[in-house]
Amino acid sequence: MSEKEGLSVIVKVVTRWIVGFVLLFGLYIVIFGHLTPGGGFPGGVIIAGTFVLLTLAFGKDTPLRKLNSTLASELDSTGAIIFLGIALLGLYFGSFFAENFLTKLPSSYFKLFSAGVIPWANLAIGLKVGASIFMVFIILSVTRVVGLPNGEKKMTRKPTGRRK
Amino acid sequence: MEYILSFVLLMIGLYCVATKKNIVKIVIGLNIMEYAINLFLILIGYRRGGIAPIRTPDMSLAYFLRYSVDPLPQALVVTSIVIGFGVLALSVSMAIRIYERYGTFDINEIKRLKG
Amino acid sequence: MNVLPLMVALPLGMGFLIPMVSRKNRRTADVLGNLATLSLLIMSLYLFRIGNQIYFMGGWKPPLGINLVLDGLSAFFLLIVNLVAFIVTLYSVDYMEIYTSKLRYYSLFLLMLAGMNGVVLTGDIFNLFVFLEIAVISAYALVGFGTEAEELEASFKYLVLGTVSSVFILLGIGFLYSLTGTLNLADIGSKISGISGGHAFWFVVILFVFGFGLKAALVPFHAWLPDAHPSAPASISAVLSGLLIKALGIYPFLRIFYNIFGFPLLETRFIPQILMFLGGASMLTGALLALVQNDIKRMFAYSSISNIGYIVIAFSLGTPLGIMAALLHTFVHATSKALLFLSAGSLEYRLETRDIKKMGGLMEKMPITGISGDIGFLSLAGIPPLAGFWSKLFIILALLDAGRLGWAIFTILVSVLTLGYYLRMNRYVFFGPLKNNLQRIKESPVFMTASMLILSLITVFLGVILLPHLRSIVLDPAVRTLINGTKYISMVMGG
Repeated sequence: MSEKEGLSVIVKVVTRWIVGFVLLFGLYIVIFGHLTPGGGFPGGVIIAGTFVLLTLAFGKDTPLRKLNSTLASELDSTGAIIFLGIALLGLYFGSFFAENFLTKLPSSYFKLFSAGVIPWANLAIGLKVGASIFMVFIILSVTRVVGLPNGEKKMTRKPTGRRK
Repeated sequence: MEYILSFVLLMIGLYCVATKKNIVKIVIGLNIMEYAINLFLILIGYRRGGIAPIRTPDMSLAYFLRYSVDPLPQALVVTSIVIGFGVLALSVSMAIRIYERYGTFDINEIKRLKG
Repeated sequence: MNVLPLMVALPLGMGFLIPMVSRKNRRTADVLGNLATLSLLIMSLYLFRIGNQIYFMGGWKPPLGINLVLDGLSAFFLLIVNLVAFIVTLYSVDYMEIYTSKLRYYSLFLLMLAGMNGVVLTGDIFNLFVFLEIAVISAYALVGFGTEAEELEASFKYLVLGTVSSVFILLGIGFLYSLTGTLNLADIGSKISGISGGHAFWFVVILFVFGFGLKAALVPFHAWLPDAHPSAPASISAVLSGLLIKALGIYPFLRIFYNIFGFPLLETRFIPQILMFLGGASMLTGALLALVQNDIKRMFAYSSISNIGYIVIAFSLGTPLGIMAALLHTFVHATSKALLFLSAGSLEYRLETRDIKKMGGLMEKMPITGISGDIGFLSLAGIPPLAGFWSKLFIILALLDAGRLGWAIFTILVSVLTLGYYLRMNRYVFFGPLKNNLQRIKESPVFMTASMLILSLITVFLGVILLPHLRSIVLDPAVRTLINGTKYISMVMGG
C-alpha cells in the first residue's frame, strides 16, 4: 500500500479503524433483515459502501486487491442465481414458484432462524447488491477513459475492413 | 397539503429536463422527478402520528391496524429506488461515454442525428 | 410442473448464467442463448393447450399476492414475442461477431426478453411497471451497445424520454393505488367502477395515455424512435421495432383500457376518439417521413411509427372485427418488420453502410437477403397473397363496418404511401445497376441467412392463421378476452 495514493494520513487511519465496523454493520442488516428494518438491499449497499470508502481513502488498488472486478461480476451473477434457485426450490418442494417452503413454527418467531427462506433470500440479495454496486462504482470512477486529446477513440466495435 | 410539495418537485424536475442544456443537469432533473414520485408514494401511505408497520409480540391487532402506516407504498418506494438507481448508473455512464466521444456536455453540440 | 413462472424465470436466470459460464469459450454463450429462446418458444406454443390459467406467486391468492394471468391475449403476445426472439438470437450468432462483447449482448437481450414476458403475463400493475423497467433499461443499454457517438446520443435521448414516461406511469399507478387501495389489476377493475367519473380517474387515464403512448411511439411522443431503432445493432432493432413497442406500449393499453377500466371508456367515446386521432397522425407522419429517408434502417423505423398507427386505429374502434384486425396486424408487423431489419442488418454487415444511395443491384449478389427483404416489404405494403394484405384488408373492413368511411379512405391512401416508400427502397437497394465497388460482395453467413429464410417462410404463410381451425386456437381467444372486457376481473378474482 503506497503512501502516495489516496487521501491524507488522518483519513487513512480513521478509515482503517471504522471500515471493519461498517462491514459488520452491513452484514448485520443483511442477516437480521427479516426481523428488523433493513434487508438484502440496504445491507448490500452498506457492504458496497465499505469498498467505496476504501477506494476513496487508499486509491483504487486496495479494494481491487481484495475483490477484483471479475470476481465481483461473478458474485453479482451468483447472487441473482441463488435467489432464483431459492424461488425454483419453492416450485419443486412446495407447489408454487417462490413459495416459502421451509416450515415456519410459531415458537421460532422473532428468532434469527425463522421465516423460512426469507433470510437466505436476503443473503443472496445482499451478495448481489453489494457486488453490483461496487462494480458500478468501480466502472464509473476508476476505469474511466477520458477522451484522448488527439481525437483517438477506443472503439467497442471491431475495426472495419476485416469482413469482406 | 403535503402532496403539493411532491408536485412542485415533479415540476422542478420536468423543467430541468426540458430546458437545461447540460447532460449532467438533465440526469439530475430525471432523478428529481423520480424522487418526487417516491415522496408522493410515501405520502399515500402516511398517517399522522402513525407507527412503523412492524407488529411486535406485545401489540394487539386492533392497535396495530389503527396506528400503523400503510407498508405497501414503502415496499413500492424501495423497488422504485432500486429502479431509479439502475437508471442513474446507466445514464451517468452514458454521459461519461458521450463526453468521451463529443468532448462536451452541451446538448446543442451533440446533434449528429437529425430527421 | 407448471411452466408459467418459467416464462420469466428462464430468461432471467440464463441472462445471469451466461456471463458466468461462458467467459472462456464464446460458443457456450451462443448455445445457451439459443437454447433458452428455443425452449421459451416451445413453452409459449405449449401454453395454447392450457387455456386460461392464474398462477399465484408464492401461493398468495389475489388481491394480496402477485399473480401471473394467462389468457388468450397473453398467450397471443407470448407467441409473437418468443417467436421473433428465437429467430433474432439465431441471427445474432453470426451477426454479433462484429461487436466485441457477445456475452453482455446475450445477457441484456435475455433480460429484455424476461421483462417483455413478464409485462405480458403479470396480473399486478406495479409488477407490470417493474418488468417494463427491466425491459426498457436493457433496451437503453442495447441501443447504445456499439458505443459510437450517434448510438450513445440516440440511447441518451431514448433514456431521457423513456424515464419521463416511466415516471408518469408510476405517478398514475400511485393515483390508482390511492383511489382503490390495491395494486392487483383485477381488484382495481372491480373497485374502479364506483369512482370512474371523478377527476382523479381521468387524470390517471391521461397519464397512462401519455406514458404508454410514449413507449409505443405514438406520434406526438415518437421523437426517440427514429433515432433509437436504427442506432441499435440490427438484431436489436428487429426486437425493438417488432416487439418492444408492442409488448410495452400496445399490450398495456389493451389490457388496462379494455379489461380493467372497461365500462367508462367504452361508453364515453372520448378516449377512443383521442386514440384514433393519435393513430391517424402516427400513420400519416410515419409514412410521409419514411418517404424522404436515405438511411435504410431509419426508413424502417418511420415505417414502424406508421404501422403502430394502423394498430391503434383498429383497436380503438372497439368492435370485434377491429380488435381482430389490430391483433393480426400486430403479428404481421412483428414478423415482417423484424425480417426487414434483419435484411438491413445483413446488408450493413457486408456493405458497412446504411445509405440506400450507395447500394444497388444487390439482388444477384445477396439473393437470400434480397428475397427476404422483398417478402418483408411486400407483406407490409399489403400485396395480396402475403399476410400484410389480410391484416390491412381487415383494418379497412373494420373501419367500414363501424361506419368510418373517411378513416377507411385515409387508411387506403396511407397504404399507397407505404407502397411508395418501399418501392423506392427496393429500386435503390436490390435492383438497378450494380455499383463497381460492390462487385466482391458475398451473401451473409449461414446463421443469418437461415434465420432470415425461416422468418420469410413464417411471413409468407402467416395468413393461414385466418383459417378457421388455427384461428380458433390463436386469434379468437385473444379477441374474446378483449371483447368480454371486465370478465377478466371475475376470472381472476373467482379462480
